[in-house]
Amino acid sequence: MIISLEVNQSKRRFKRRAEHAGKLQNVWKLASEHVSLRLMNLIAQVKTLVKKEIVLEWRSKYALNGILLYVVSTIFVCYLSFRKIDPLTWNALFWIIMLFASINAISKSFVQESRSRQLYYYSIVSPQAVIISKIIYNVMLMLVLAVVAISVYSLVFQNPLGDPLYYFLSVVIGSISFSCVFTMISGIASRAGNNSTLMAILSFPVIIPLLIVLIKLSKNAMDGLDRSVSYDEIGVLAAINVIVVTVSLLLFPYLWRD
Amino acid sequence: MKFIYQTWWKVLAVLLVTYTFIAGLLLPVPALPIIHETIRNLYFHVPMWFSMCVLFGISVWYSVKYLLKGDENYDLIAVESVNTGLLFYVLGLVTGMIWAKYTWGEAWSNDPKQNSAAIAFLVYCAYLVLRNSIEEEQKRARLSAIYNIFAFPIMLVLIFILPRMTDSLHPGNGGNPAFGRYDLDSYMRLVFYPADLGWIFLGIWIATLRFRMRVAERKKLEEI
Repeated sequence: MIISLEVNQSKRRFKRRAEHAGKLQNVWKLASEHVSLRLMNLIAQVKTLVKKEIVLEWRSKYALNGILLYVVSTIFVCYLSFRKIDPLTWNALFWIIMLFASINAISKSFVQESRSRQLYYYSIVSPQAVIISKIIYNVMLMLVLAVVAISVYSLVFQNPLGDPLYYFLSVVIGSISFSCVFTMISGIASRAGNNSTLMAILSFPVIIPLLIVLIKLSKNAMDGLDRSVSYDEIGVLAAINVIVVTVSLLLFPYLWRD
Repeated sequence: MKFIYQTWWKVLAVLLVTYTFIAGLLLPVPALPIIHETIRNLYFHVPMWFSMCVLFGISVWYSVKYLLKGDENYDLIAVESVNTGLLFYVLGLVTGMIWAKYTWGEAWSNDPKQNSAAIAFLVYCAYLVLRNSIEEEQKRARLSAIYNIFAFPIMLVLIFILPRMTDSLHPGNGGNPAFGRYDLDSYMRLVFYPADLGWIFLGIWIATLRFRMRVAERKKLEEI
């Protein structure tokens, strides 16, 4: 009698536990489904928004052509005034040209569209999707810009590169970093009255650390040093980019809400 | 918030800073080549930077709180912490430059640490310029909070990581040993740690006073 009671009790206990575990599993399943659904949704939104940015740009080609013309003419002006320069200046001048071109290219990213249209986006997509899509689009724009700039620049100014592939890698990393930092800053500047002076004031102090590391990295590549020498610099750049993108994702919803 | 109206830590700040001045100038220090007695600058130069970092940290903390809660007082705390932090920045820079004049030979020798510090100053000037450029109060508070949080991690990289990667004359950077490694003897610790605490408390005290003045001003404006 007693034994059967105990058996019954333990059975019941086991059942209860199993139910509990099942419930937990269910909750876990629901939660993971929820997260994956939201992620999928976010990815879909980002895809649509990036496509929209490209289509908008392609329709007018105003920003792209303007920026390309800006870069090429700056390089040509530099060529006319310098003629021949030593490698150190060559490297520094390239990054200065890239810096100003990217500020000009990215400062437009939030100004182009009207306020009412931005309100419309606000009502249908999540703010994270907006900032991610802007960053992706700006990275693409900057990569095109960087490829054009580096080819024209090395065509006009003859300068032997020790490790061309690695130099190109540093240019790619540089344009990605520029777009990650400037996208958020241009968002802040656009909310504060679309002032391009403000954009420069806000972005220069933030970009200088990146620029120091970038110039060092590309100098190493230009001198043809062993690739392992620059791993530290690449690590720091990657870390800064991760921090900047994370902080942008966290902060953009507050910037967006107006 | 109750903390800022309490007295004990203000008394402690005054006592510790007074102690720093007396003990820092009187207690024995290790005799090192080149540095000699200028090692006493450790008690005054380093605490300035610690206080600055603490104040900027407080500012970022309250910027985050402002974004979450939207209380105007948090914005005032953030901006006054930055203002006071900049005061400590200038003091830290000046004490460092005077020391560098005697030990490195030049007040500004293009050292990575000095250059990084100069850029960090630009970041906070940009913060103040951004504040001045916006008229609307809530918008100003929100945008400057966002910029403050955004720029802070980059400033940390700038001051604490980049100088370590290059050659620098500054102790603790570029392969130079920091003071703590072998020449900070027990007498120096006896002064250095209280000095840090004292200056940090003093910095927070100044910031809270400025904050309370701003609150009082605002109340007066509202009465009118």
